[in-house]
Amino acid sequence: MEVPISTAELLTTDGVPLKQSLKKAERKNKIRAFLLVFPLLLFIIVTFVMPIGDMLLRSVDDTQINTVFPNTFSEFKKWDKEKDELPPEEVYKALFEELAYGDKIQVGRALTRMNYSKSGWKSLIKNTSRAIKKAVKKNEFPDSYKDFLITANDKWADPTYWYAMGQMVNFQTPIYYYNAIDMTYDQDQNVIRQEENRRVYVQTWIKTLKVSVYVTFFCLVLGFPVAHLLANLPLRYSNLLMIFVLLPFWTSLLVRTTAWIVMLQQQGVINGILVWLGILNDDGRLSMVYNETGTLIAMTQILLPFMILPLYSVMRVIPKSHMRAAQNLGAKPATAFWKVYLPQTIPGMSAGGLLVFVLAIGYFITPELVGGKDGKLIGSWIAYHLKTTLNWGLCAALGAILLGVMLVFYWLYNKIVGIDNIKLG
Amino acid sequence: MALPSYATPVQRTYYYAYLFFCSVVFFFLVAPLIAIVPISFSVSPFMVFTDGMLSWPPDPDAWSLRWYQNMIGNCSADVVSSTVPCSHKWMTGTVNSFFIGLTATFIATTLGTIAALGLSRPHMPYKGLIMAILISPMIVPLIITAAGMFFFYARINLVYTFTGVILAHVALATPFVVITVTATLVGFDMNMVKASQSLGARPVRTFFKVIMPLILPGIISGALFAFITSFDEVVIVMFMASLDQLTIPKQMWAGIRQEISPVILCMATCLVALSIFLLTTVELLRRRSERLRGIKSR
Repeated sequence: MEVPISTAELLTTDGVPLKQSLKKAERKNKIRAFLLVFPLLLFIIVTFVMPIGDMLLRSVDDTQINTVFPNTFSEFKKWDKEKDELPPEEVYKALFEELAYGDKIQVGRALTRMNYSKSGWKSLIKNTSRAIKKAVKKNEFPDSYKDFLITANDKWADPTYWYAMGQMVNFQTPIYYYNAIDMTYDQDQNVIRQEENRRVYVQTWIKTLKVSVYVTFFCLVLGFPVAHLLANLPLRYSNLLMIFVLLPFWTSLLVRTTAWIVMLQQQGVINGILVWLGILNDDGRLSMVYNETGTLIAMTQILLPFMILPLYSVMRVIPKSHMRAAQNLGAKPATAFWKVYLPQTIPGMSAGGLLVFVLAIGYFITPELVGGKDGKLIGSWIAYHLKTTLNWGLCAALGAILLGVMLVFYWLYNKIVGIDNIKLG
Repeated sequence: MALPSYATPVQRTYYYAYLFFCSVVFFFLVAPLIAIVPISFSVSPFMVFTDGMLSWPPDPDAWSLRWYQNMIGNCSADVVSSTVPCSHKWMTGTVNSFFIGLTATFIATTLGTIAALGLSRPHMPYKGLIMAILISPMIVPLIITAAGMFFFYARINLVYTFTGVILAHVALATPFVVITVTATLVGFDMNMVKASQSLGARPVRTFFKVIMPLILPGIISGALFAFITSFDEVVIVMFMASLDQLTIPKQMWAGIRQEISPVILCMATCLVALSIFLLTTVELLRRRSERLRGIKSR
């Protein structure tokens, strides 16, 4: 027997279909929830996301020079390199005018940019400008601008400078990215490696990765037993011992770095103890700071809590009965540990490992202070270009590459542990 | 975790080796922090243990408070040393650090708590994406953040101002507030909100009278995290702050780079004391929060 099913829509008391009414309420709830989040979201977008976006744009930006030499560049693009060895008269004329009437500060900034493409631009333009300004002052305008410029400086007859100009005529440039991995252009616009003595970044990238891998490894080796101990002790002891882990976690980074300088320096605590114990004699004091050793020791201690805490939270929930069961079934303690316990800690190891690695790769303060001359990691170069050389394009490109590396690891982290699982303290 | 009575000698050896290893790691974690405390009371201008400090019976001439007096800006003759300049910079830095830290904490806690309330509603759209954006300041390396902010804030003339530094610190601190408050809201009984509203309370009143007392421990720990983030932050202030916005970390950085003076260790000792205080507070709050929410402590 069939039960008749009503096909009529369910209505609320207002006569609106129930489905529609529910949808409306749902949407209202969504909007309410979103409105609560909106102020912070807007704040973070304006104060954080936009600056990062700005940096990414700056890493390919070549607008400034294009506003200084707009006519020169547009004439330059008409030059047929197959037909003529040197650019046509119009290019020289535009350059003459733009150097004669251009804003001094803007031209100066453009020169710095030009030197990134080919060294020698700065002096070339500077002394050409002087000649041009002299001529303009006397109101002497040449018949042939080309001849005038070549007389002023014979490098204007050297096509390699003109080829280099080809790198700047667009509003976007990949040159900073190439520079960030020790590449540059040759005169035919092919991408080649930098000259031997100017290669610094590839080795710094490798060193940064190497230090991060070492620090992660040391943290894992030191952190695993400690996390295991904390997870298996009765709560009242483990809470007490946890202070040893949390105290460094809460202490200022600079304090810990200073403390390591005090510990590791030539007259420092560790050397002092070793000499006092008679292990070292007084002239044989170890140099453990202002080099890579110092960086590794200090960074390991500073990042160790980030390894212990995730490991601990994973280990705490592994039932103790598993190990006992394995041994009961005849496994030796080592086998039981290897086959039963260790696999269950993998989420903790990967979470801690990635966290430490990702933090280490972007570290700047500690390597800068205890790393000495050759302990510089990529963060130090970013700071150097930001503050000292003012080569902001290169600074932004290095930052963008670092950010890209980070995002890959962050994505992995999210895959493995999930971003919601970040815990503090 | 004690060893069973039937353990073999080999197992015993392993067990004691394991305990020894763990103690070494614990020592490694806290030894540097403890070592600086006595040195900060040394009379010597070098950051070392002097022979006088190690002698027995203790030599009172080896110990002094001169660097602490230097730190608080007392530059009388017995305090000044030829290698260590005396200035009011440390005190200026302390005032600035507290001003920037407290302002940033207030803004970050307000914005972060409101956002966390929205995020823990079941109807929140695009939760994953929004959470990722809100947390991102914590994930991106500080040097990248500093570079980006320096470029961007320079365009709108916020570099070398208190406003710029505070805005930057709020951005860095909010993720901590969002995370801690969201965590406190897990398991929060939403029926209490409904009950309050059905009794006629408006949302604002509901928040202050019902929700806030329950999640207060989370809010306070979030605020403490936010404060310490701003208080310890050095990379942003290095680039975005001028001497007018000198903070403790900026002054310490300058101190380590230029004149390695024992005054740094005095400030470091104070900061260690501060972190012990904050750590204890957060831990007590966490326990209280778990008790309030009826979560049995493990």
